[in-house]
Amino acid sequence: MSAEPRNRDRVVITGVGLTAPNGNNLAEFRRNLLAGRSGVTEYEVRYFGPTLAGICRFDHLRYQRRKEVRRGTRAGSIAIYCAHEAVADSGLDWENLDKSTVGVYVGVTEHGNVETENEIYSLKGYDYDTQYWSHHHNARTVANNPAGEITLNLGTTGPHYTLGAACAAGNAGLVQGVQMLQLGECDVALCGGVSESIHTFGIFASFHSQGALARHEDPTKASRPFDADRTGIVVAEGGCLFVLERLSHARARDARIYGEVVGYAMNSDAHDFVVPHAERQAECVCKALRRARLNPEDVDIVSTHATGTSTGDVQETLALRSVWDGSGHTLFNNTKSYIGHAMGAAGALEMAGNLPAFTDRVCHPTINLDRTDPECELPGLVANEPRPADKVDVILNNSFGMLGINSVVIVRRI
Amino acid sequence: MTGAEIREAVVDILSDIAPDEDLTKLKEEIPFRDQLELDSMDFLDIVMELRKRYRIQIPEEDYPELVSMQSTVKYLEPRMRDIQPR
Repeated sequence: MSAEPRNRDRVVITGVGLTAPNGNNLAEFRRNLLAGRSGVTEYEVRYFGPTLAGICRFDHLRYQRRKEVRRGTRAGSIAIYCAHEAVADSGLDWENLDKSTVGVYVGVTEHGNVETENEIYSLKGYDYDTQYWSHHHNARTVANNPAGEITLNLGTTGPHYTLGAACAAGNAGLVQGVQMLQLGECDVALCGGVSESIHTFGIFASFHSQGALARHEDPTKASRPFDADRTGIVVAEGGCLFVLERLSHARARDARIYGEVVGYAMNSDAHDFVVPHAERQAECVCKALRRARLNPEDVDIVSTHATGTSTGDVQETLALRSVWDGSGHTLFNNTKSYIGHAMGAAGALEMAGNLPAFTDRVCHPTINLDRTDPECELPGLVANEPRPADKVDVILNNSFGMLGINSVVIVRRI
Repeated sequence: MTGAEIREAVVDILSDIAPDEDLTKLKEEIPFRDQLELDSMDFLDIVMELRKRYRIQIPEEDYPELVSMQSTVKYLEPRMRDIQPR
């Protein structure tokens, strides 16, 4: 068993910046989650053709000039937007802040596919003559690009890198921010996850070949985790970055605090490339609870990972039922039912969408649950309509990904 | 292409590479770098776009010829004489 953490600084969330298919700031996102409003629409991508996706429509020129958009990547644009919004939301005195104390930690599921596909598509028009291959390509496709573009745009000179953690990347980014603050590597962490994945046809084609890509006549109904008629994943783009600070730092400037990151855990299934493993997921949840010094019944809302695949949703249900027996008050929900699977951004977006529950004391539901799959019966799952709660003090967020990567983050109201 | 057509082609390329800049006030003799925000990667973009749009190859040792609009047009005129405008 790994060593328990020694006396570490407490870390809090003081800013949120996001773009989701159904909202470009936390207030709008939350409003739409409570109103049951999906952000999934029809979409078309080269070679693959008509499909469905969660598309973001934030103002990409709010914080970037056209030239920067042209030079960089979509993931970079999303990251820059979220970073600016998070910083503004935090109320930090950005102008006078020592920029060398800001660390940037961005989770991504993948990076480089979009840019490579674009170049190869363009190269085809020149008969694959590599003299026509862009000199910008390497800078666009290095894995740290989304985090690096933040530093270029915001002028931060602290550490930056991305974390490749499949669909657990949003949580992984958040965890990294917490750890780096506790290690003293930075005083402010800009962290979370981003996804530009809808712009690569490969991801759609691969999920489709795997039999895991959702289809539905009504795009808003296509993402249906736990439902008996679910058909798979809706791919989405998006981004969510948090400003994290040590509690002492936040209190010194009288910052508004969303919540404290009191526990987290990551582990590996060591089981299968794509099929998740309930037992290891449950272990990950328990590890996070232990670190937070909490019991399962202390959790008010569990934000599930469930993507709408036949196997994944069942495995997660099994994992959660082994931890929560249904006797307590713990509620469960799902945000992918609204926005699809935002890949690297998913964990961060799904945590963010639940944070306002600390103040409005409502658990948003999982939508599109018309007929629960008997193998996905989860006592406490809030279906279709939001449910008021007497209190919301603890939110637990699951994110699991390919190659059996698991992550759990727990945030408590302060 | 005539000198005027070549100039128009270069302005068109610059409007893609530097879309935020006002190119209507571009001075002919002053280096591009002193009038616009262009770095070395942007200059490579100019070379690449000339290659893509007009199939004209510019060797690396000739890059200094592209320092201003005047020098660029002068350099390209003999090389683009037989090329049709797009």
